[in-house]
Amino acid sequence: MHLKYESQLREPLVYGHKTFHQVTEDIVRPIEAKPSKLWYIGFYIAVCLLMFGVYSVYRDVTYGIGQWNLNKTIGWGWDITNFVWWVGIGHAGTLISAILLLFRQGWRTGVNRAAEAMTIFAVMCAGQFPIFHMGRVWMAFFCLPYPNSRGPLWVNFNSPLLWDVFAISTYFTVSLLFWYSGLLPDFATVRDRAFTKLRKRLYGIASFGWTGSTKHWQRHESLSLVLAGLSTPLVLSVHTIVSFDFATSVVPGWHTTIFPPYFVAGAVFSGFAMVQSLMIIIRKVFGMEDYITMGHIEAMNKVIVLTGSIVGIAYLTELFMGWYSQNKYEGYTFWYSRAYLFSPYGWSYWGMMCCNVLSPQIFWFKKMRRNLVVTFFMSVIVNIGMWFERFVIIVTSLYRDYLPSSWSVYYSPTIWEIGFYMGTFGLFFTCFFLFAKYFPVIAIAEIKYVLKTTGESYKDKMGHLEHVPAEVFAHSGHGHTVVENHATN
Amino acid sequence: MAKKKFVVASFDDEEVLFPAVKKVRTAGYKIKDVYTPFAVHGLDHALGMRETSLHTAGFIYGITGTTTALSCISWIFTKDWPLDIGGKPHFALPAWIPIIFELTVLFAAVGMVLTFCYICQLAPFVKKHHFHIRATDDLFVMAIECGEHTNVDDLVAFMKSTGAVEVDVQVAEEGWWLGRYDKDEVLFENKTVAA
Repeated sequence: MHLKYESQLREPLVYGHKTFHQVTEDIVRPIEAKPSKLWYIGFYIAVCLLMFGVYSVYRDVTYGIGQWNLNKTIGWGWDITNFVWWVGIGHAGTLISAILLLFRQGWRTGVNRAAEAMTIFAVMCAGQFPIFHMGRVWMAFFCLPYPNSRGPLWVNFNSPLLWDVFAISTYFTVSLLFWYSGLLPDFATVRDRAFTKLRKRLYGIASFGWTGSTKHWQRHESLSLVLAGLSTPLVLSVHTIVSFDFATSVVPGWHTTIFPPYFVAGAVFSGFAMVQSLMIIIRKVFGMEDYITMGHIEAMNKVIVLTGSIVGIAYLTELFMGWYSQNKYEGYTFWYSRAYLFSPYGWSYWGMMCCNVLSPQIFWFKKMRRNLVVTFFMSVIVNIGMWFERFVIIVTSLYRDYLPSSWSVYYSPTIWEIGFYMGTFGLFFTCFFLFAKYFPVIAIAEIKYVLKTTGESYKDKMGHLEHVPAEVFAHSGHGHTVVENHATN
Repeated sequence: MAKKKFVVASFDDEEVLFPAVKKVRTAGYKIKDVYTPFAVHGLDHALGMRETSLHTAGFIYGITGTTTALSCISWIFTKDWPLDIGGKPHFALPAWIPIIFELTVLFAAVGMVLTFCYICQLAPFVKKHHFHIRATDDLFVMAIECGEHTNVDDLVAFMKSTGAVEVDVQVAEEGWWLGRYDKDEVLFENKTVAA
């Protein structure tokens, strides 16, 4: 009987014969090389979108949000839909960087840096919507609790909308700190191999003078662990609080107790889909297939099918409760405004159902989970579906509530609402393109840390063990001596 | 600012580094620090460092946030400007939990990161001596402080015997200073790096 040192269940996290230096080379190369034509094209499109968004917002501020098609009944439309959508997308980054760190999931190392960057950019985009929805945006600071000359008239601490102010700003700050503290050692790596003066100087500033001292690493580990521990309940609280914006009201379709877990699952679902889209592009464009492996893609697809199914259960539970409560307003909202295909917004409900619940079920098949084209296509579909979900929740509940006289006419956005949304895409991708060019997109130090126990070099080193009979190995006391003996033999 | 003399030994494998650390410490030399490209677990214990108490600081910042939020909100809503919201109690603790929680997390995170930067003396524009440019790439670099009575030649020979791939002697500034990297440091292309 012979030993098998290699796990039959877990794939290696890093492929190829990698040395520490090779890892540095592979990950820093995009920073040191000139960007490709594809990068310029993508960046140009992103900046164009951003400019359109800036113009739309300029008009919002100049003419007021009356240029949106919101009305007295549908007071929240595309703006809040987009807000919730972007916040949700952000959640996957924190899930990967914090929750998977606590669960000691080795595969997070390949994708956490880019996912965290995505979180930060997504939260930046999300924040724009409530801020500009205020209308008189120059008064936005009124939502901060500070002693003022108006009484002082304080903000309402009992309001979920104020909880949101605290939740989103805390979330943004903590994610940024977590991300940047992880970047310090990697910036130092880029600095120390810089061959232009400007790069040496800029990365010198960005790396805060990091040296790699053992004591610093020890504190850094402690810091990462505690920040992960703080981020984990934080990320759950953020989307819980976003769901409170709806759940604490008495609007039929919003006033449900399952909203917090249902929103968090949906957030992770859409976020992983966005990570998936970005990762597939990054690994292709930068040739990072050895670091972002099929194993990573498959693991994320498993999360997608799990969270997609949780969301599906939530939809069905809502429908069941709409009937079981025998509340006619609930029943009307769920069974007519939403689930009836030929009601004014029935298309959006069924769009959501197809994209979020039915289509991700193909990920039960291993072949589909490991197919890049299918994965990329599905990641886009899921994000469309999750946008529909928020639209369904907001608009189908608002447009017909208790009083038929205030029922609204059909709501469709104006070009400036769409432009604002496109603008946040521009902001997101502009940031992401800059990130991909100037930041190490994979956590270099963390990859080096897992390299010892994965990859081809490790296999070669431990490979001798497979030729040692189990009995000899067991009685030799220590595995290493056997390896050494065989190496010398 | 005092400059000191260091013997700098570089290792390319952590499995050689650990026994070397042990040998150097038993021989009675004073290791200033070991610079590594990633967190090597157990190295802090091998060097005889105590556990960091950064997490305790984090806890203190956290409870500071909790008390700040709770005391501010309760003062505002019960003393300074009690709002009548549908006749509900002014001291509405359950409704304050979200903000209290967020402030706890915010204080803990910001406080810890600032403390981390302070105790590690990390900040933008801060510059420190780098014993080896590859310490952030693929080498584990041990700096041993030389006292008045240290026989440098003996120490260099001893370090070579422990399996170091490179050993040299440097006179270096111990602390940090403000400076520019392009002025103070040699660029990458001037260094020979094994591919």
